[in-house]
Order: sequence, then structure tokens, then C-alpha cells
Amino acid sequence: MREEIIVSGRNNPLIDPQLHVWHWEIPTYLFLGGLAAGLMFFAALYTIRNKENEYKTAVRIAPMLAPIALVLGLIALFLDLHHKLYFWRLYTTIRLESPMSWGAWTLMVVTPISIIWTAMHIKDLFPKWNWKFDVIEELMEFFHKQKRTLAWIMLISSAILGIYTGILFSAFNARPLWNTSILGPLFLASGLSAGAAVVIWMSKNHSERKRFAQLDLMIIGIELFLIIHMFMGFLASTQVQIDAANLFLGGEYTAPFWIFVVFLGMIVPAILEGMELKGFKIPVAIPVVLVLFGSVMLRFLIANAGQASRWLY
Amino acid sequence: MRYAMAIDTKKCVGCSDCVVACQTENDVPIGYCRDWVVEVMDGTYPQLEMELRSERCNHCENSPCVRCCPTGASHYSEGGAVLVTKNECIGCSACITSCPYDARFVHPEGYVDKCTFCLHRVKNGMQPACVAVCPTKCMYFGDLDDPRSEVSQVLKKRKYKTLIPEAGTKPHLYFLI
Repeated sequence: MREEIIVSGRNNPLIDPQLHVWHWEIPTYLFLGGLAAGLMFFAALYTIRNKENEYKTAVRIAPMLAPIALVLGLIALFLDLHHKLYFWRLYTTIRLESPMSWGAWTLMVVTPISIIWTAMHIKDLFPKWNWKFDVIEELMEFFHKQKRTLAWIMLISSAILGIYTGILFSAFNARPLWNTSILGPLFLASGLSAGAAVVIWMSKNHSERKRFAQLDLMIIGIELFLIIHMFMGFLASTQVQIDAANLFLGGEYTAPFWIFVVFLGMIVPAILEGMELKGFKIPVAIPVVLVLFGSVMLRFLIANAGQASRWLY
Repeated sequence: MRYAMAIDTKKCVGCSDCVVACQTENDVPIGYCRDWVVEVMDGTYPQLEMELRSERCNHCENSPCVRCCPTGASHYSEGGAVLVTKNECIGCSACITSCPYDARFVHPEGYVDKCTFCLHRVKNGMQPACVAVCPTKCMYFGDLDDPRSEVSQVLKKRKYKTLIPEAGTKPHLYFLI
């Protein structure tokens, strides 16, 4: 038997007895960032593929939620900082080795693009909208001419944003549960799934809803595949990663993860969407809310369980 | 120059004097610790074995905390000591989650704080507070690049280990066993 204890009475707040420096702010931001990435990704994708008129909601209306999600996410991120007055230090350096630096600069690109995209399509939502200043009208015309270029930038930057939300965690080898590169694609897939769900919710066009239900089904399939592979990877790895996986395979996070994230957040909405595609009438809000709920829970559980997994003692 | 510390687990009695000395010297806020003592009990009675370790930041050569810092506040200073520049730290806590040794904490003023190897003392030719105060003289501090330094000498003579070497951090805290 082996027992290791700190006998000098260390009790550092947020560190002891178990690390818990990241509370609701980080997972909330990761969800909102992922959602925004999903919305912007589909808008860009269907603009590039010239399907703008077929999927109007996805290209024009739904991305208007992206700047709102991003701003709320940024507020959450700001609240997480402990030395708030120095937040501008993020923008005096570029540190390629730091995922957080990448994230800060990605947000610096993505947020303005999401605002521009919203401004470009605001007349689709409010037909009487008037910019009042000619300069802005001219600027909007310019952006409309450059729409394809903008869509390409948006496609790439939103994919980076989506992946980065996972890389932020996976770059920490001190927390074995996070230290898997599958988190990047998994969080991207989860963000895309949330984005697709919101499009299904907002769209009134039957064929668009059908297309996004198909997309969402496919992404949920990919997510399940990634989750299985994540655990396979953990169980074939070192003892610390086996212990980390066991937090979800019998440990304290087992029930919330498999019930809320996998069953309610993925399997049930997948079945409901599948039934709808087969012609059953199902209130669209149910699978959509479940997908969003699963997406939120995934971030919260991974954030908390990751901080509970460790190398020491 | 590469500063390092060697701690003799055979001589340490776990009195926590190093902890108090550090808190006093560095004005560590009440309720926080930059160093701490770990007691390891191995085996079953009556075959018991005990190890005592005075631990702190490992001032790693490949520091995950320096790597993940988005502003460059966490940096390598003189002799490879890992320090935090207060006015560059935004308190994002990335370094805290990146440290496998849990050696960092958020200072009540908002920035991240940790052991500095008492560089302010070392620069003036003194030993770090914890080393200077140790009643059993179980700690050795010095320059690894200097073969005559106390720490180089003791590491040549004795068997030692580092903590979690498999995390790839190349720690500069050696425990004599």
C-alpha cells in the first residue's frame, strides 16, 4: 500500500484538494465558440458551393447568432481572467506555442468577420433596414462583391475556432484526460452539430431542414466514432490515461457523461431526426434542444473531469 | 548557468520550516504556499517505509507553463529559473492547469504566483530561504553547470530521482534517495 499526503498543510485556493481553477466560464465559452464556429462554417460552405438561395437560413439568417454567441463567449472568457486589467497583454504578443494565444488571435479574426457577415445580411431579416450613412452602404457593396473571398476566410477561420476549442484542453499533458488530440475534432464536430441544429430550428424551408437533419445525423455519427476512439486510445495508453478514462467508465462522471452527452445529446436526437426524415411528425425543438444540451454538457464534463485527472499521487 | 536544487529525503524530517521560511521571506499571502512537504508511506505494518519530500516548483527545463502562457508572462529567467512577470500575467490560469506538479496558484491580487528559487537572494550570494533555514541541512542549491557547486557534487555522489520525469518536463528539483 502506498499513501502520499501533503503534511505541511498546503491549501492553496482553487488548487487543493483538487484542481478547480476553471469554472463555468471556460466550458460556456467553448460551447458558444463552437456553436458560432458551426454556424459560420455552414454559411461559408454553402456560399462557396453556390447554394445560397437553396439554404437561405443557413447562409443569411442563422449566422446572425454567431456574433452574439461570440460576444457572450468573450464576456465569459473575460470573467474567467483573474488579472482582468491586463487582458490587453494577449494582443501585444503572438506566441505560437500557446493555444490560448492562438485562440485570442483567432477570435480577433472571427468576431469581426461574423459581424460583417451579419451586417451584410441584416436586410434579409429587416427589409426596411437603412444604414443611414453612404459610407457603410458602399462598404457593404464592397463586401458583397468580395463575398466568396470572405466565405473562404470564414470557412477556414471558423474551422480553426472549432478545433481550437478542443486543442485548448488537449495541449495540457498535465491533465491526462485532456491530453488527447481527439478533443480537437470532437469539439469541432460537436460545434458543427450544434450549428446544424440551430439551422434546423430556425429554418422554415422543408428541404433545408431535411438537408441539415441529414448533416446533423452524419456529424452525430462522427462524434460517437470519435468518443469510442478516444476511450480506446486512453485504455491502450499509460496508467494515468487509463485512470482518466475510468472517470467515465465507472468513475464519478460515468452517469452524467453517458446519459446526458451520449444518450440524450446524441443518440436520442439522432433517432428523432432519423424518424423525421422517414416522415414521422416530431416537434423540431426536441432534437434541437437535446443536441444543444448535449453539446453544453460535453464541454462542462470534459472541463471538470480533466481537472480531476492528474499524474500525481 | 542552470540552477537546481537537491533535497535529501534521508535527512528531511518534515518539519515544514522551509514552508514557513518561504512564506516569511516572500510575503506569501496567508493561506497560500509556494512550497510544501509530502509524506509518502509505503508498505503494510510492520514493514513500513517513509519518504519525506520538500516540494516546490521544479523550474523545468521544458516547462509546460512557459509554453502555454499566451502573453509571455511566464518565462525562463537567470539560470533557467521559471518566473512570472506580474504585469504581463492576465490570470488566465492556463499555466496552472498545465503544471503536472500543481506548483502555481492565483495570488489574491490576480496574477499567478509561484516559487522563484529566491532569485533575489541568490543574486546577492545568499541561499534560497528554504535552503538557508533547513535545520537538518537537507537541501542543496547551486549551478549544475559548475562541477564544483554543492548541488553538482552531491548529485555525483548520491542516487537521486526527479518527480514525474515521464511528463517530459526535465525538472530541476532532484530528490536524493
